[in-house]
Formats: sequence, structure tokens, C-alpha cells
Amino acid sequence: MISETATQEFGASLPLDKQVDTRHGPILYMEDVSVSFDGFRALNHLSLYIDAGELRCLIGPNGAGKTTLMDVITGKTKPDSGSVFFGQTIDLLQMDEPAIAQAGICRKFQKPSVFDALTVFENLELALKTDKRTWPTLFHRLNDEQRDRIHDVLQTIGLSALQRQPAGTLSHGQKQWLEIGMLLMQDPQVMLVDEPIAGMTHQEIERTAELLLSLQGKHSIVVVEHDMEFVRSIARTVTVLHEGSVLTEGSMDEVQNDPRVIQVYLGG
Amino acid sequence: MNIFTQDKTYTTTLITLAAVTLLIPFCNLMTTENSVLHFSAYSVSLIGKYLTFALLGLSLDMVWGYAGILVLGQGAFFALGGYAMGMYLMRQIGSRGVYGNPDLPDFMVFLNWTELPWYWQGFEHFGFAMLMVLLAPGLLAFVFGWLAFRSRVTGVYLSIITQALTYALLLAFFRNEMGFGGNNGLTDFKDILGFNIQSEAVRSLLLLATGLSLIAALLLCRWIVNSKLGRVVTAIRDQESRVRFLGYRVELFKLWVFVFAAMLAGLAGALYVPQVGIINPSEFSPLNSLEIVIWVAVGGRGTLYGAIIGAVLVNYAKTVLTGLMPDAWLFCLGAVFILVTLLLPDGIVGLLRRRIKPVTEATANTAGQTV
Repeated sequence: MISETATQEFGASLPLDKQVDTRHGPILYMEDVSVSFDGFRALNHLSLYIDAGELRCLIGPNGAGKTTLMDVITGKTKPDSGSVFFGQTIDLLQMDEPAIAQAGICRKFQKPSVFDALTVFENLELALKTDKRTWPTLFHRLNDEQRDRIHDVLQTIGLSALQRQPAGTLSHGQKQWLEIGMLLMQDPQVMLVDEPIAGMTHQEIERTAELLLSLQGKHSIVVVEHDMEFVRSIARTVTVLHEGSVLTEGSMDEVQNDPRVIQVYLGG
Repeated sequence: MNIFTQDKTYTTTLITLAAVTLLIPFCNLMTTENSVLHFSAYSVSLIGKYLTFALLGLSLDMVWGYAGILVLGQGAFFALGGYAMGMYLMRQIGSRGVYGNPDLPDFMVFLNWTELPWYWQGFEHFGFAMLMVLLAPGLLAFVFGWLAFRSRVTGVYLSIITQALTYALLLAFFRNEMGFGGNNGLTDFKDILGFNIQSEAVRSLLLLATGLSLIAALLLCRWIVNSKLGRVVTAIRDQESRVRFLGYRVELFKLWVFVFAAMLAGLAGALYVPQVGIINPSEFSPLNSLEIVIWVAVGGRGTLYGAIIGAVLVNYAKTVLTGLMPDAWLFCLGAVFILVTLLLPDGIVGLLRRRIKPVTEATANTAGQTV
């Protein structure tokens, strides 16, 4: 029931020269990226490659640079050095946040940041993948297909009954789901999902895992999460960040048995 | 979405406006001066003036109430629209001025100017002047907004810059060399569209035009805030940076609303000038712009009709109080602002809503929490 929400093809609405070239495998290239804030090195010569259709988990202690990494990819933070490419040809460092979002890289924030004054339905409507310039937005009317799509997503995130409620009245877990729903509405090629299960019940966590697993293959997904059990339940490949660079990469078992990872997590 | 449903206060406001707009001019044109249904020329102009202020308040509510941009220079756009109208009315005087010059307004003759400056050309045509009423404020807002929003200037900084903008214009328009009549501004108007501007019929028709403009503007604003653009703008007000990650160019949406509101303010200014008979640089005074903010705060921002109610009530109070004790008005205004901020954050409309709806009901409160 979950997979039907994400059926549109990659980049169907982009002009040809803007289509993401993933012929070499990876959809996201980060090479030698460094970011400093007032002398603090948040990212330190970090290199990371995400394959098309992959579900990748990022873990690491606080301050390892996980959120900064997402900030760099989505254009919120400009790195001091390094390169970030979307496919072979699209240089993300030349683009700002809306351009990156429109190109197909979307993000769920750590702190759920839905629009409290708008209803659940309207939140999803704003996220809908469509012409986002001012005048077309003014005259925009939902067609049947778009309306159906919103209802599909409402079903997927289990908020159909609450669609007319202002988002501000939702519980923390429901807001998390709404943000995931907004991510689905944008139908992005790359989803960056920052701490999706914080504040969720056990049952909600299971559904989130199910949802993320159903999305891989059609979308490339990067999940940042602290909950190791959750990561184990979804991850093929886990990347461990430490002090702004990649410490190691591999399956959950490999990573958990890596002495350096144990050292980092248990302190030394 | 049907724009006439749901909100009772909105419907009431609309009906009241329509009644005032249609009945007063109708009564005045149909009755003689001795009739009880006859409004004096003074009250017709006064009500007309209130309605232009309501339109001005409405324009501020669009930028402040919905887009969350606290503009402290909305009066500048009002004054620019007023000057554009004033220039048309000056050209209508023709050779009836004190100096009898057929082309040059009196103040230019007085300054020994021999020909009309280039920027006065075309203002003899009503259509052109009306175009400028919208374009002059719109263009200023576009340039100013483009620079400010692109550089992501927000919050208090933006408010202060808008205040500086109107102050700079105030100083500029005071200068005689600017060619806008300096200190005295533009006045002594004779005709509008060839009809005597002092005549009772014209005054009634001006009131009618103002009321219709206000109603049209209210409907248009209502349509905009109920559109998807309206929701994007509300989202920007509450979580600006989040909207960027949905792929919207926040600066362009802010610019759109800012320019729209500036043009609306310009229209209000253009309707104001023929009814009060003068436009001078004091309209650019920062204090005027602050007053607009108070009208909207008193009425209740983010509701549209709240701005109209606030503008009319505060200005009525101003008329009464400045008549009774002229020196106390500013103190009263300040006190009202403080009281409303402390006790009625959603203004009069918020108070009405609380009366009408049970407190427990979850309402989609569109009045923003952020300044």
C-alpha cells in the first residue's frame, strides 16, 4: 500500500540538459568538502558518494557533521572547499536552496518544521511538485490527479482524518509524518531525512521503516538517525561520520564491529 | 473556494461598506440640503477620507499580516500615489492659476521655470496619471524590495530601512528644486475630469469611487490570500527558510506582495488627494506610516477586514479627539497601541471572534505570531 505513492519517473519534468546523469552509478558526489564555522571544522575533507536508488544511513556522534553535510547538499551552507555534484553534470555549489529543491533534492528537517497556521492538506499542497513561480502559484488550482496524489500521501502517512486540522495542533510524531509526507509530495530523486523517528511510538517507527524501505530503488535516500535499532532495520550500507569526515562505511555488522567505531562511540 | 461564505465579520464588513458607498452618495444626489437624509459636504469628504485610510490599512495588512513584513514606510507609497493624482489635478487648473500660465503650475512660475520638467509630461491625461498612481509606488517598491529581499534583509532591519525610505522621500519632496511644490505641495485644485472638484456631486462621486475601490480591493485581497500564493506567503511569514527548501523563491513571493501592497497604497493616496484638496511632503512623515501600523494592529492583522475596521475607528477617534484636545492625540494613540499589544494581540477582530466562537474550538488562526 505504501509503494503506490511514489511512482513518477525520475526527472520527468526537467529539461533534458538538466536531467540527472547517473550513468556512472552515483547520484550524489561529495568530494573533499570542508566547512568551518569560526575555526570549528564541521566538515573536514569529506568525500561521500550515494548511488542512485540507494538507501544510505549516516550515523556518528553529536558534532560529527551529519546535519552540516545535509546543509551543504541542500545549499543552506556553502563549503570552503570541495565539490558537490548531483549526477555527473549538475554542480550544486552553483545553485541556491530553491533551485536545488526543484532539481530534485529534498529534505526533512531534524526539528519538524511544518507550517502551523496551515492545515495538514495545505501543507502537502505547498510541497506538491509543480510550477513554483509566483504567477502560476497565484492561479494554481489542484487538478484531480494532484488531489488524488495528496489523498494518497495522506493515506500513507495516516493523517487522512486530520487533513483539515491546522498542522500546529498535531503531535510531535504526527508532525514528523507530515514532514515525511511533504517529502513524498515533492517526489524528489534524492531524499535527505534527518532524524525521522524522534518522538514516534514503536508502532510509528515500524511504519516509518516500512515506508523508507518501500521508497528505495525509486528514490535515493540518505537517513541520519541516532537510533541504532532503527538503522539496523533499514540499512544496507551505513556510513559513520566522525569529526567531519567519513570514518568507515559498510554493512551494519561490519560497522558495529569496527574497533574505530567502538572507540568513537564509547569514547577513548 | 467561495469568498462569501464562512466568515460573518467579513460579510458584515462588506455589506456595511457597500451600504455606505451607495447610500450616502445616493441620498446626497437625490435630496436637497434641508433634508434629514442629506450629509454635509464636510461629512462626505470625511467619510471618503476614512475609506481611503481603510484601503491604505488593507494594503499594509497584506504585507504585514500575511507576509509578515513589518513595513514602517507604507505611507511613502500612499504619498507617491497622491502626488501622481495631484500632478494631474494641477495640470487641470490650466490658466486659472494666480499667474495664469497655461502650462506651468504657479509654484514653477514662482521659481522662474520656463518649461514643464520632463517628469510632468503626460500628467494632463487622466489615464496616464492613473497609470502612474500604480506604477510610481509599484516601481519604487519593486526596486527597493528586490534589493532588500534578495539580500535577505528581514525583521527589524527591514522595518527600519522602510522607515528611512519614507524619511528620505520626505526630505526630497520638501526641496523646491524637486519640482513637486516643495513645502506647500500641490493644492488649489479646480477640476477633476472637467468637473468642479468642490461641487457636491463630485464629492459624492469621489466617495462612491473610493468605496467601490475599497470593496474591489477587499475582494481581490481575499482572493489572493485564499489562493495558493496566499498560503505560500503565510508559510513564509511563519517559517521563511523552510519554504526555500520546498523550491519556492521566497524573495520573489515577498516582492510580489510588497509591490502589490504598494500599488494598493498608491491607489488609496490617489483617492485621498482630491477629497482633502492637498498633497504635501508631510504625507511622507514617518509618523504617518507608524499610524497605519497602529490601525492594523487595533483592527487585528491578518484578517483584511480588521485593517478596515481599525483604520476607520482610529481615524474617527482622531477626528473627535483632535477636536476636543489637540495635544493629547499622540499620547492617546501611543496608549492605544500599548494596550492593544498587551491585551488584544489579535485586535478588535480577535475580540469579536472570541465572543462568537467557543474557546475550545480549534481555529485556523491566520493572525501571525511573529513580527
